[in-house]
Amino acid sequence: MTAPQQSGAPKSGAGDQTLDSEEVERFSRLASEWWNPTGKFRPLHQIGPPRLSFIRDSAVAQFGRDAKALRPLSGLTAIDIGCGGGLVAEPLARMGATVTAIDPSERNIAIAKSHAEPQGLTIDYRAARVEDLVAERRSFDIVACLEVVEHVPDPARFVAECVALVAPGGIAVFSTLNRTLKAWALAIVGAEYVLGWLPRGTHQWDRFITPEELGQYVRAAGLADTHFEGITYNPLQDVWTRNPDTGVNYLMSARKRHSA
Amino acid sequence: MREKQVAVAAQSGPVVQSVVRVLKFDVAIAGGSFAGLAVARGLAQALGPDIKIGVIERADLATTSAGSDSRAFAIWAGTKKILEGLGVWDAVSSDAQVVTSIEISDSNIDDAFRPSRVTYDAHTKDGSPAAYIVPATSLQAALYKSVANDSSISWIAPADVDGMLLGEYSSELTLRDGRVISAQLTIAADGRNSKLRDDAGIKTIGWAYPQTGIVARVKFEEPHGGVAIQHFLPGGPFAILPLPNNRACITWSADKDEAARMTALDDDDFLAELDRRIGGRFGAIALDGPRQSWPLDVRIARRLIAPRFALVGDAAHGVHPIAGQGVNLALRDAAAMIEVLADAGRLGIDFGNGTHLERYQRWRRFDSTMSATLYDSLNRAFAVDNMVLRAGRGAALGVLDRLPSLKDFIIAEAAGVTGDLPKLARGCPV
Repeated sequence: MTAPQQSGAPKSGAGDQTLDSEEVERFSRLASEWWNPTGKFRPLHQIGPPRLSFIRDSAVAQFGRDAKALRPLSGLTAIDIGCGGGLVAEPLARMGATVTAIDPSERNIAIAKSHAEPQGLTIDYRAARVEDLVAERRSFDIVACLEVVEHVPDPARFVAECVALVAPGGIAVFSTLNRTLKAWALAIVGAEYVLGWLPRGTHQWDRFITPEELGQYVRAAGLADTHFEGITYNPLQDVWTRNPDTGVNYLMSARKRHSA
Repeated sequence: MREKQVAVAAQSGPVVQSVVRVLKFDVAIAGGSFAGLAVARGLAQALGPDIKIGVIERADLATTSAGSDSRAFAIWAGTKKILEGLGVWDAVSSDAQVVTSIEISDSNIDDAFRPSRVTYDAHTKDGSPAAYIVPATSLQAALYKSVANDSSISWIAPADVDGMLLGEYSSELTLRDGRVISAQLTIAADGRNSKLRDDAGIKTIGWAYPQTGIVARVKFEEPHGGVAIQHFLPGGPFAILPLPNNRACITWSADKDEAARMTALDDDDFLAELDRRIGGRFGAIALDGPRQSWPLDVRIARRLIAPRFALVGDAAHGVHPIAGQGVNLALRDAAAMIEVLADAGRLGIDFGNGTHLERYQRWRRFDSTMSATLYDSLNRAFAVDNMVLRAGRGAALGVLDRLPSLKDFIIAEAAGVTGDLPKLARGCPV
């Protein structure tokens, strides 16, 4: 069950590194897994709406757009750092942004590409690291880095690299887990051991970052006006919503001032 | 509308190629009746002009004649709010009759004295009317007019759907003329015998009633004063729904044999039978529109969604017309669907793939199942002419009449003004 396929052999231009068809098949199977809202990536689909609305609302406020429009981000550039299967990059593209999305994993990039292409979504997916884009002197109106900083060895340095990609007048949005007892109970014991939402060992509590620390990192790197919000799970309705409680999962936005 | 021409090799023949026209939309809506038109209107309002909606309808709605339908619906307060939010209530209101009170009785038709067991003052807590009676044709015309010239909406009509494919990246409807409608999400609003529901593999539960629905429009000699009457006869409920200018819609569920006898009667004899049941209360009556009848059944979908697919209206829940809840449920479906799709679309989420479809299902399943079973049990309880049961019903209704708070609750519940309501049903913009 697929969309109508264009007939004809795949292009094989000189120097074009095309994946063989077996590989493509495998990646699109994995993409189906990433994109199944009732499958093993369900938690990511569930936290999608609050995360995306935080990014959108931050951008709408900064760039004077209409949050009720279908393409509120049109004309803006965005980068999704640590894009995985593209669960944030695709919505950003549909909201109208010109999107670059990077992930260190070649496999994730292949999966994400294989999912975006049949929908006609144009997203510049690259297997790259933040420092590669910094070296290329790239900059973006919106820099999104979700659920990544708690996995890197030197978060202060990593955050500074991300911030270097923010264009003057642009915004950065980070999301991560707070280093609280509650986060240990819910995000590690609860999500990994009791509910089995995430593979065990996904998170290490001592790598979680407090809002104060994250705020310091971005301010040290040159951003201002930090704003924090939590996202919390309502087990009765089985939904995640935005909330002032930053005790476990939280989001932060910050702005880069126009250069004087 | 983006059109794409895709060349495909014909299945037989040597080098013949046929050209398939693929029409691409964000959302495809199959069926142009109340629920389908309301969803189209609401999405265009909330997400226009960038959203692309395709409506596939068997009839050519622009030329369909309006006089061929005598049905009228009780539009409850919450539903009126939805119609107001969609901007179509003004066009309906001149044909709408305010219900001033609701009488329920269960006498035999030959009883000289017919005590009404319960009389509801048909107003919600804030004093506004709980219900209006609206002719089906006015509602259909107003909804159609609201979308007919909307640039976000493409009309694929008249057209018949041949088959559906729910794919990984799109849902595709193949039309009989060979065109293909490709969309992120297909919404089936194709009625209680929904073919697309079956194609999607969604099973139903349901049963046929040994009853036939009879509908007629009449004109009374004396003013009806806006009273709606639900008279539970042994053969099934007999409702008098008041319309402006002293007209009324008779909605009557009779057992099959009785109904066959009634539909065979000429107009004068039919009116005489109506008169017996109305009990001469509003003076002489005359027919004011075509007589219609159809078999009655209930058909509830077990699920409201499948990948890239969702049901609204009668396709989701064809209920017994006993309380006129069908169109109210359909418009509440539409309000919920509009809201979940507007929320998802504004976040760039694929209309056909995300947790928002589950949210729609969770939101609507309870309401539709409750309504279906409530009205089924009402119909069954009243469909028996048994002294003991009648005494019990009488006692129950008598108690109900003396408990104002419970009555308020039932009125509010039927009116769709309680519970976790979609924004449109609360009078808020989406």
